[in-house]
Amino acid sequence: MATTTNGATDWRDQIYDIFRENDVRHIAHVPDGGHAKLIKRCEADPEMSTVTLTTEEEGVGMLIGSWLGGTRGALLIQSSGVGNCMNALSVLRHGKFPLLMIVSMRGTWGEGMPWQVPMGQATREVLEAMGVIVYEVDNAADVHATVEAASWLAFDSSVPVAVLLAQRLIGTKKFVAAA
Amino acid sequence: MTTTTQAKPQISLARRDVVNQLVADRGNDLMCLSGIGSPCWDLAASGDHPMNFYLNGAMGSAAAIGLGLALAQPKKRMLVITGDGELLMSLGILATIGVAAPKNLSVVVLDNEIYLETGAQPTHTGRGVDLTAVARACGIRNAETVYSQAELEAALPKIRKGDGPVFTVVKILPEKAKLVIPPLEATYTKHRMREALTGKP
Repeated sequence: MATTTNGATDWRDQIYDIFRENDVRHIAHVPDGGHAKLIKRCEADPEMSTVTLTTEEEGVGMLIGSWLGGTRGALLIQSSGVGNCMNALSVLRHGKFPLLMIVSMRGTWGEGMPWQVPMGQATREVLEAMGVIVYEVDNAADVHATVEAASWLAFDSSVPVAVLLAQRLIGTKKFVAAA
Repeated sequence: MTTTTQAKPQISLARRDVVNQLVADRGNDLMCLSGIGSPCWDLAASGDHPMNFYLNGAMGSAAAIGLGLALAQPKKRMLVITGDGELLMSLGILATIGVAAPKNLSVVVLDNEIYLETGAQPTHTGRGVDLTAVARACGIRNAETVYSQAELEAALPKIRKGDGPVFTVVKILPEKAKLVIPPLEATYTKHRMREALTGKP
């Protein structure tokens, strides 16, 4: 399995290491089970600013400001919140801003909550419609290379890039009624 | 909602006069971002500057972008100048700012109680919604509403140097001012601001 320079083998730790290695310091996020461990690691890092959002588009805006101010950031959200970002994403395309989004997926692999399916199935399409380049990763061995390439692409070529973390990777949430 | 019997204070401030005072003698320590519509024309009319970013789209994103800039440049002052309609589109950002609490961020709302650009339809602020009260409830303690020139003059030092986040609603006359168009290409204003702040585009 690929490891970062810190030797991390857990993919969540690898994403954190990639943030550090690529000078990604502003973390904008909504609460999310798929990102919970990564968020904790970023919050514990005194050299990172971690901001909890009320809605995802605030994070797109915030990271536009971060970039204007000379700082790299990343947006950690769920696929259900991608739809909230559309109007804010227009700024990225018009102004050629970079954005690194890490999106934990719902509504796809074995989803047990039907309300999640429409947005999960449309996530890639709506991102691409707004000019966001989409990478998807569905196994742990590919996370490191994918997130690293996404970071390089976003910041070196100044384009918005989303990495979709598939449910097959994160684990599908099962809903079982209490007995 | 309870009805108030108190008469509303008379509104006398003109938007251009307000914005000119907000950015007067700015030097190189003030970053400005204007929200979509008239605040962009106002900021342009006050004089273009490398540390101005005119957000002519993405209605509802002005304060969020200001938050990111404030966090990225903690030694400079970040001033967001936006409209009541623009902020009403994303009130949640006040909660996010209240919690993130950047000391160098000021948000000024030019509140004419209408959507001036789209035909003067009334906004909620003329119908009982108090943005200053919302900001306070979100933990932004340095929040006030300004109705007169004297109150504006008292508020200016807080807006420019006070302990942030500072939130100020300035009630203004519902008048259109002469159209002054800023640079419309964000690729240009982006590189210009990054270069001014970091020395490289």
